[in-house]
Amino acid sequence: MPLSADAPPTTARVRRFTRAERWVHRTTAALMGLCVLTAACLYVPQLAELVGRRDLVVRVHEISGVCLPLPVLAGLASRAFRADLGLLNRFGPHDRVWLRAALRRDRRPASRPAGKFNAGQKLYASWLAGAVLVMLGTGLLMWFTHLTPLMWRTSATFVHDWLALTLGVVLGGHIGMALADPEARRGLRTGRVGRDWAEREHPLWRP
Amino acid sequence: MTLEPPPESPAQPERPRSEKPRPEQRPQSEKLRPQPSRPESQPESQPQPQQERPERPERPEQPEKPEELERPAQPEADAAGRPIGRRVLLGTLGLGALGVVAAPALQRATESLLAGAADKDPTGLTGLLPNGGGFRYYSVTASVPHRTAATYRLTVDGLVDRPRTYTLADLEALPQTRLVRDVQCVTGWRVPHTPFTGVRLSVLLDAAGVRPTARAVRFTCFDGAYTESLTLAQARRSDVLVALRLQDKPLGHAHGGPVRLYVAPMYFYKSAKWLSGITVTDEVRPGYWEERGYDVDAWVGRSNGRDDTPTS
Repeated sequence: MPLSADAPPTTARVRRFTRAERWVHRTTAALMGLCVLTAACLYVPQLAELVGRRDLVVRVHEISGVCLPLPVLAGLASRAFRADLGLLNRFGPHDRVWLRAALRRDRRPASRPAGKFNAGQKLYASWLAGAVLVMLGTGLLMWFTHLTPLMWRTSATFVHDWLALTLGVVLGGHIGMALADPEARRGLRTGRVGRDWAEREHPLWRP
Repeated sequence: MTLEPPPESPAQPERPRSEKPRPEQRPQSEKLRPQPSRPESQPESQPQPQQERPERPERPEQPEKPEELERPAQPEADAAGRPIGRRVLLGTLGLGALGVVAAPALQRATESLLAGAADKDPTGLTGLLPNGGGFRYYSVTASVPHRTAATYRLTVDGLVDRPRTYTLADLEALPQTRLVRDVQCVTGWRVPHTPFTGVRLSVLLDAAGVRPTARAVRFTCFDGAYTESLTLAQARRSDVLVALRLQDKPLGHAHGGPVRLYVAPMYFYKSAKWLSGITVTDEVRPGYWEERGYDVDAWVGRSNGRDDTPTS
């Protein structure tokens, strides 16, 4: 991916994301960041010791968590966003090929056929959506303790804790991959990507 | 995609009318423009927005894997295909629900596994795993002042005949009691077999001479914010200590040192850290967390909607 440097960035640029989509991503990322940061301050003893103010941190965590699905819901008003959700949902035969190559650590573009979103991005998006909803559900069980039967709360805490750890790892992967691919980041920043990048990374995409 | 607008005039009049005419359609129309190179490929099927529609047509396509791959000329590779994304989402939700149901059993398994691992873990990383054993640090204030043996003071006042201020040395000179119980936090973590050593609270109350009108005891802390309370009967229990030592070492600052309360039979938020004041009162005044919804009578296993094994 860093190879894209050798092509002048001013070559043809292709539209990848609309303004609405970019804002959905930005606001979701900001809320998620707030959630993760406050979670770390509640959870990691060293950070908890440093920050204190437990009541405030809990409140910020709760509010950012409850708001986390809102950008996506608001995004449903955008037709481009709905269209991309449709693309993320559908897995074609080429996605199986992509996943197999990923498992073999085969990085050649030829063995990684992908449409607008590759199979990894599709899996990430749908898993993350489910995981955020599970976090929301278990979080609400822990928050409104008087509404639920006894045992549910401990169980919700258990799921919330372990899924939080998993989410942390997966988000780390997401951010790491973004850091390794400047053109993908440019796509989310400006809405446009280089045509050569698009043809290499998403050969089946017809923008 | 190109800069060339598609032949819009024929197509436009029909489609926008069938959908709700929304403002966002404008950016969309420039985006949707299906490859002008192949205008004959049914223009109706390629606008991606319809999530549900391709459900049917997708079926017949499944078998031909190889051909599918080399169809770069085809419209949008992702427009059709199986709705696996939705299944992954629902599967994750289902697993989450299953996890909640199976949590009691899973929790017992992971706790015993991690407790074993934590014993042999020199890095301390297992402490970061959920319920990985050990204490969690909670403070309700931004920073807590440090008190040393020289600067620490504990006052006993309120409805007593002989109010008094103790230094750390005074407390150390009194008879010490050592209790080994589990510590249970209301948020779920539990630290087994934890020795606390200190002076029985009843000893300090007796020394002060509690008046007959007294009904409760209020505790204040030198973090400046935390408070706790017990009824007089609870405060006189033999398993309630003014603790000076934890795990047979002097109580460190992070654990509420140099002196904290230790209420063995109750959830750990009753065991106020950084104890600086004991005031005998005529009624129970809810403490810091109790004003925020936690139970005042915080017996382990019989309060706060929890059913943990009692600790004392």
